Amino acid sequence: MRTAVAALIRKDVRLELRTRESVPAMVLFSIGTFVLFHFALDRDTVSGGLASGVLWVTLLFAAVLGINRLFVTEREEGGFDGFLLAPVDRTALFVAKAIVLFGFLAFVEVWVVAAFSILLLGPSPWPPLPELILVLALADAGIAVVGTLVAALAVQTRARDLLVPLLALPLSVPLVIAAANATAPLLADAGAGPLEGRWLAVLGLYDLVFGLLAYAIFDFLLED
Amino acid sequence: MFGRGLKTLSLVTVALMVGAFALVFFYAPNDADQGFVQKIFYLHVPLAIVALCGFVAAGIYGIRHLRTGDRLHDLRSYVAIHLSLILAVGALVSGSIWARGSWGVWWTWDEPTLVSFLIVFLLYACYQPLRFSIEDPERQARYASVFAITAGAFVPLNFLAVRLADSLVHPRVLSTTGGAMPGEMRLTFLVSLAGMACLYVTLWKYELASKHATFRLRALKRKLADEDWPSAPRRSAAPQL
Repeated sequence: MRTAVAALIRKDVRLELRTRESVPAMVLFSIGTFVLFHFALDRDTVSGGLASGVLWVTLLFAAVLGINRLFVTEREEGGFDGFLLAPVDRTALFVAKAIVLFGFLAFVEVWVVAAFSILLLGPSPWPPLPELILVLALADAGIAVVGTLVAALAVQTRARDLLVPLLALPLSVPLVIAAANATAPLLADAGAGPLEGRWLAVLGLYDLVFGLLAYAIFDFLLED
Repeated sequence: MFGRGLKTLSLVTVALMVGAFALVFFYAPNDADQGFVQKIFYLHVPLAIVALCGFVAAGIYGIRHLRTGDRLHDLRSYVAIHLSLILAVGALVSGSIWARGSWGVWWTWDEPTLVSFLIVFLLYACYQPLRFSIEDPERQARYASVFAITAGAFVPLNFLAVRLADSLVHPRVLSTTGGAMPGEMRLTFLVSLAGMACLYVTLWKYELASKHATFRLRALKRKLADEDWPSAPRRSAAPQL
């Protein structure tokens, strides 16, 4: 299992390094969205609840782009068949893809949060940075798990590009509620407020429930 | 196969529904603040509760389908979601009317129960498009079950998350303290809830029986017509046995 997961991760990272398909698109999309928000909200800086809302909606839409691409090469280039022929546990594909998506999201967020604090954010992002990283990591885990499941569900259908956002957005509503509420006091104008434990608990619970669920039912999406 | 006990069940449902409406109009008192419009409560709340229970039940049938591979479980799950969606539309519309009547707005965002119900509805509205866009019937059944399980687990989690972003406009009728309902209202509400649950189960069984009979009929026709009969006349989101 571990070697299979490692091999799959290596394959995906190498593919991304060579084609540069998903990650640059996600970063560019996010920065473009910030520019749009600047004009749509008609503000030079944002803070508090507004800042956290702008950040999370942007990150989620960028994640949807990545989720859309997640299994496309597997489907188009016969990766699924190759994987099914290999004598490894099928859950390995889920674990590997979720880790890869998590990695992509983390990499994208380094650039996106930096761009956000330069372009739009009013207060300095440095004091609340550790807490912000914690919230980002917990939410990323949730997006990665649910995104991998949705991507695998949608990739075999005819309406793939349509179904991914339709399924992923409602499913990630609890994540956005918790993440946006947890981030809002961190980005407040008057200086970073404390992080509320209950939002972290919701994020953790979401990650746990959907992690276990996806781990248990992912097999059925591959059987052929 | 699905028709057994349907007659008794239908009679019980009719009796309960008639009884519930009689109680609503002639027995339950008018609400002190809201007056007559509060009586939509006996329709709205059972609709919402039964719809949510139906979604969760569909998830349980999804699990059974994946474990046993029996396509009848997929049919049960499909019909349950289908009916729950209809009930959910009813709950959203009746809730909106009630909100207009008692709070003066058609929709309010600082209301966790309403918002989480809308999110659940939007998620399940994707169930039919998902089925429709998968052509292979066997894969369609498997993917639909995976969706039903995921969404079934999402229902309680979503309610938790939305409720934490708290407000208290919406009355909690079934809270741990039992709400503040007087006895007549409670009785009427419980009868309405039982009636709605029976209505749901009856409709569910009718649709299962009808779908199953259609499949059998088609199989027989195919046998008689020497395979010339098309197996599925047109593509549909419904499971094909």
